[in-house]
Amino acid sequence: MIISNCRKIVGGAGEGKALVTAQPINFLVMVDAKTGRITDPKHELYNRSLKGTVLVFPYATGSSVGAYAFYSLREYGTAPSAVVCLKADISTASGCAIANIPVVDLPKDAQAGAIKQGSFVRVEADAGMVVVKV
Amino acid sequence: MELSRDEEEALAGRHGEAMASAYRILVAIGEATGAKKLIPIKWAHVSGVNYNTIGDAGVQFLDKFSSTAKVSVRTTINPMGYDKSRPGNIIEHFQKKQASIVRSYERIGVTPSFTCTPYEVFDDIPQKGTAVSFAESNAAVFSNSVLGLMTNKESALSALASSVTGKATLSDLRLEEARDPKVAIEADFKFGSELDYGLMGYFAGRVVKNRSCVALDGIEKPSTMQAKALSAAIGTSGSCGMFTLGGRAKKKISFGKKEAQVVIDELGTAEHGDMITLGSPQLGMNELELLAKMTEGKKFTKRCMIFCSRAIHNQATKIGLAGKIERSGAEFMCDSCMCLTPYVTRDEYDAVITNSVKGAYYMNNSNKVKVALKDIKTIAKEYTE
Repeated sequence: MIISNCRKIVGGAGEGKALVTAQPINFLVMVDAKTGRITDPKHELYNRSLKGTVLVFPYATGSSVGAYAFYSLREYGTAPSAVVCLKADISTASGCAIANIPVVDLPKDAQAGAIKQGSFVRVEADAGMVVVKV
Repeated sequence: MELSRDEEEALAGRHGEAMASAYRILVAIGEATGAKKLIPIKWAHVSGVNYNTIGDAGVQFLDKFSSTAKVSVRTTINPMGYDKSRPGNIIEHFQKKQASIVRSYERIGVTPSFTCTPYEVFDDIPQKGTAVSFAESNAAVFSNSVLGLMTNKESALSALASSVTGKATLSDLRLEEARDPKVAIEADFKFGSELDYGLMGYFAGRVVKNRSCVALDGIEKPSTMQAKALSAAIGTSGSCGMFTLGGRAKKKISFGKKEAQVVIDELGTAEHGDMITLGSPQLGMNELELLAKMTEGKKFTKRCMIFCSRAIHNQATKIGLAGKIERSGAEFMCDSCMCLTPYVTRDEYDAVITNSVKGAYYMNNSNKVKVALKDIKTIAKEYTE
């Protein structure tokens, strides 16, 4: 399946297994950059690692400093390969711009749940395209 | 987003690596927020100063960035991790890393304000309608809502990009139409203290999903202390970046005792604490005056840390106010703030007492220390004799 008409936020391409959540992520308090894992027991991705995944999530919340978390993940080698947002926020956009992580927004008419947990996904940000292999 | 020829060239690296990175950031957030162009700003306020918030990767990034970056507009910066004149329990490793961060920012040419309340520290606030770029969320919300400045809730990196380029995206709350509230939160009980404003703010930030403005109804015009508590709490829980008092919002949501209790249940995780921490946002002169009055002739029965900017502490020292407060046993921690402070660790403290909803959020979630949430009058009454 190909989802086209995505909005490019940060250019580039990346692929990996989809790590999908409907819950926003506060990167300053919920992510351990050294391991790349979500550390908040209340989050549905608790203990899951972002490393090498295509992270599919609504948007980031919380502190303005969360932007640095993407750069930290990149430095520790634990960053996602690409990020797909419902509506990209300023922290995700600016952090990924510096960490060279491709980011796209899903088009408004994209079906929630179009990308299944664990499916193999390739993000082509410059072409505004997400390719989902079943 | 359209760029001018100069901006295109800077993005391509013609004015050095730092400038190119800064434009890469602005282009990304321009795309994310649907901006059509960049506009000049008068003031940038940058977060990401405390070593506990940006870590080793942040230290390295700033070291490299600062070798070619220079501010092009007035730039103030957030608190760092600790007060250099009170190193207390702060380990040498932390001090070294913190010093490196401060050196990097100084090299870029910022004003070393170390404050999260730049709106209280500087007298020359730009006139209403001026575009600025503030990362610290309480400062962004306060400036939009109380001072009439125009900023989005920037990230640490986007405000830094604005600082070196002198520009920001023309989007969201820098557009008049976005400053018209679509949702109103209506309080259905009478507020007793700054804590009620904080609880309402945290609730409002949760329910307003967009980077927009929220109308607040059924409350009296907040004092400066109450507006700070409100702004900080709105900024903590979501992406909403501004409030108005009243307004013609179509959608109305009630904020009653039940809704307030949900926030207390989440963040008020203890009945009492081992220490009092005040100052998220950092305390200003009128809060210090209030505290001095309430504690006159009394002593705190618990250790009490007051976080404030060096500038406010200097003012308070000059008129004898700082001394009055210190006679009650409270300690001033300048240049720092209670959020992610290395002064409060779980090894030493089980729980702290504070009136700050924002502070409570970070104590619970980052410092992993429990919190007794009480308003400042109750704290001054219960914990002094």
